[in-house]
Amino acid sequence: MGFITATADRLTIRNFTEMASLIRTLGASGFRRFATYRQATVAATVTNSVFGLLRTYVMLAVSAAATAVGATAAGYTGPQLVLYVWAGQGLIGVVMLWGWTDLADRVRSGDVVIDLLRPVDPVFAFLAADFGRAAYAMLTRFAVPMVTGALIFDMYLPHRPATYPLFLVSVVLATVVCFACRFLANATCYWLLDYRGVGMAWAVFSGLCGGLFFPIRFLPDWAAALLWFGTPGPSLLQAPLDVLTERDGWPVQLGMLGVQAAWAVLLLWLCRVVQRRAERKLVVQGG
Amino acid sequence: MNIIEAYDLRKEFDIRVRAGRFKRERRTVAAVAGVDLVVQRGEMLGYLGPNGAGKSTTLKMLTGVLHPSGGRVSVCGLAPVPQRTTLARRIGVVFGQRSQLWWDLPLRDSFELLRHIYRVPAAEHAARLRRCRDLLDLDAFLDIPVRQLSLGQRMRGELTAALLHGPQILFLDEPTIGLDVVSKQAVRGFLAELGAKGDTTIVLTTHDLADIERLCRRIVVIDHGRVVHDGTIEALHARYGSQRRLVAELDEVPATLPDLPGVRLESAEGGRLTFAVDRTAPIGTLVSQLTATGVLRDLSVTEPEIETVIARLYRHTPAPR
Amino acid sequence: MAERLRIYRELVRAQVRGQASYRLSFTLDLLGNLLFFGSDLLAVLVVFRQVPALGGFTLRETLVVFGLAATGFALSDLFVGNIERMKTYVRTGLLDAVLIRPLGVLGQLLALDVGVRRIGRVVYSVLLLVVALRAADVPLTPVRVLMLVLTPLCGAVFFGAFFIATSTVAFWWVESGELSSSLTYGGRDFTAYPMPVYGTWLRRLFGFTLGFGFVAYYPSLVVLGRADPLGGPAWLSWTGPAVAALAAAAAWLIWRTGVRHYRSTGS
Repeated sequence: MGFITATADRLTIRNFTEMASLIRTLGASGFRRFATYRQATVAATVTNSVFGLLRTYVMLAVSAAATAVGATAAGYTGPQLVLYVWAGQGLIGVVMLWGWTDLADRVRSGDVVIDLLRPVDPVFAFLAADFGRAAYAMLTRFAVPMVTGALIFDMYLPHRPATYPLFLVSVVLATVVCFACRFLANATCYWLLDYRGVGMAWAVFSGLCGGLFFPIRFLPDWAAALLWFGTPGPSLLQAPLDVLTERDGWPVQLGMLGVQAAWAVLLLWLCRVVQRRAERKLVVQGG
Repeated sequence: MNIIEAYDLRKEFDIRVRAGRFKRERRTVAAVAGVDLVVQRGEMLGYLGPNGAGKSTTLKMLTGVLHPSGGRVSVCGLAPVPQRTTLARRIGVVFGQRSQLWWDLPLRDSFELLRHIYRVPAAEHAARLRRCRDLLDLDAFLDIPVRQLSLGQRMRGELTAALLHGPQILFLDEPTIGLDVVSKQAVRGFLAELGAKGDTTIVLTTHDLADIERLCRRIVVIDHGRVVHDGTIEALHARYGSQRRLVAELDEVPATLPDLPGVRLESAEGGRLTFAVDRTAPIGTLVSQLTATGVLRDLSVTEPEIETVIARLYRHTPAPR
Repeated sequence: MAERLRIYRELVRAQVRGQASYRLSFTLDLLGNLLFFGSDLLAVLVVFRQVPALGGFTLRETLVVFGLAATGFALSDLFVGNIERMKTYVRTGLLDAVLIRPLGVLGQLLALDVGVRRIGRVVYSVLLLVVALRAADVPLTPVRVLMLVLTPLCGAVFFGAFFIATSTVAFWWVESGELSSSLTYGGRDFTAYPMPVYGTWLRRLFGFTLGFGFVAYYPSLVVLGRADPLGGPAWLSWTGPAVAALAAAAAWLIWRTGVRHYRSTGS
């Protein structure tokens, strides 16, 4: 076991080029795998759009009611909230908030042992494939709701050119954070065997603290700060959405990226630790 | 009396195939393409065919799960789909890879529920269950939840479940798939006994030809949705000219070898001679000629393996275009 | 008929017994229900932190609408919600197993997997409704009590009809993913807020054409003693039972068509 992780750890130049090509291959496989689920993609996009419609009206009503009393809805204008809702619906599929049970399934079926026989770190392999999947989702599940929302409603479009690359970086970081959370939630299966409880808790946490059900800014400041720094929640959706809607200036945008990056590093490290523990458990106890 | 009658039975499916990058074409595929099947009460019928030949589809049409695209079908004198619930009481079905038992409940509870569902009088139910318990050794695991049973135990439970309402026909779709040798023996023995009593008609699909050899006098082979053979196993051998094999061990290599019509020497290693013998060839003459040439130390005749016959049969039928 | 009811009762009892054998899992489900319900409720509360009223309805009034809708939905989820797993039933062959038994297909599917584990939602919804009524300071008259009893029942039938009708998508399209839930859960989300919140065409589509407006919003006007800000006539509040019956009839037709289609195409 030590031998396998050791090869994945050491970074030499030759190793690096090999790794890069491995990432490409794994990523491409993730892309292709999801490209074959074309019907499922269509179904999911339609579903996201229906919920987008409903949430938009609620948010617009909030904005209108706030404007009527001479305030704003937590600093967002109506068109910004429209963008917030539709981009949020699109990002559900990109970061893949729900429905990833690959690892849990493999643990339960025992197939996970096969992964250990491969000379690639499982965290790394799953993450590379996840990037491919996210790239495909960006072209389909993100693009379609965005266009739909823009056609139906008066949607805010970011003015500052720098916002676009910042948004992309933020989406990549959000995907890593979300992947790590999913991986950790799934990994509880090594010890608990039943994923349902953890899965439900994750679904509620991610929707509520991620900023999907309502912008985190709607909460009192102390609660928002607690979520931002105490949990990875806002790094999942809130960060890319706030970057995109340009609610704040670029220093705040960069700050949010920083928080995301910190969570990404911390959580990936945790994934490695947990995975190593789990491997030791598998090797010692034989599953 | 014919308990199953199907004439020109057809089932077509529409599938979409990718034609180019974005285009998709609709194509009609015939899973069952005009099957005639007449089964008499009390028969034990083996229904064979390679994967995707249309076996399960036929069974689903006979049991009322699927609506035929064409043809006439009557089972127990009923039309399967329109008279589904009436028919359901007269047939028992076991899908080898699917369960009709309650996963989380002990086997005993599943049986009790089925008694309610099929509205079987308690005494009848108890009598049938007692028989199955004896023949299939259910007692050891009757109180264990189904999810904890081994495949062999579960299959014995499935068989019992399909029989508790005293069906006239028992449909079995690959009942021995994945079972170990002992469980296979148990299932086969049970079915043989059930068939021998003569009041239950059994229709069996399988890939395990040992099931067929042990259980069925009549076999129907389908391929590409069509019947390619309907008759006894002997008739199948005769039709495809399958040969027996005779191995004789003599003291020394004989000077002259027997030369008879339908007999061919396959190999000779020292005194050990192997002949391929046609079914019509005079095997007695061959043996007496061999004894005449020297001291016969050992002699064995092996029947042709049905596997090879069936494999040859599948290769013979061309795919319709 | 009585005989048949007895059979179904046996089936449901067996199902309950089976689920009870996973005690930890059942407790987890009750907790999970609470989490999901709590998060739905929290979303409404947080939104009202920003504004005093939404579409002319205060938080307390909105919670009455929310409670009525949630109770109806939770009831239908309890009895027929499992039908949303239709895709699984088709894929695993449970549908075939059900088709070879001498009972109706829909009844068996519902009885085979009744969602006892979702009972928590019913309890939480009713509790919320009671609290909301107290908070909104609604004096209880016989008419209001009648409405309060009638509305969740009609809502349950109505949502149940949508569960059944949308589940039939699986007969045509096994890979339909969460598509069905965009109507069932989307409808629930729609009913959670008073109708004036939504734009005209969404009101027409979801509220009137699909009928979700009659599940909670119109009945709640009687309970709250308000006129419709949208200018609808008062009798609209009493159309719930008729709309539910209509939806149930439509769902039955769609279901029958779906089963017929399955039989002619298979899985």
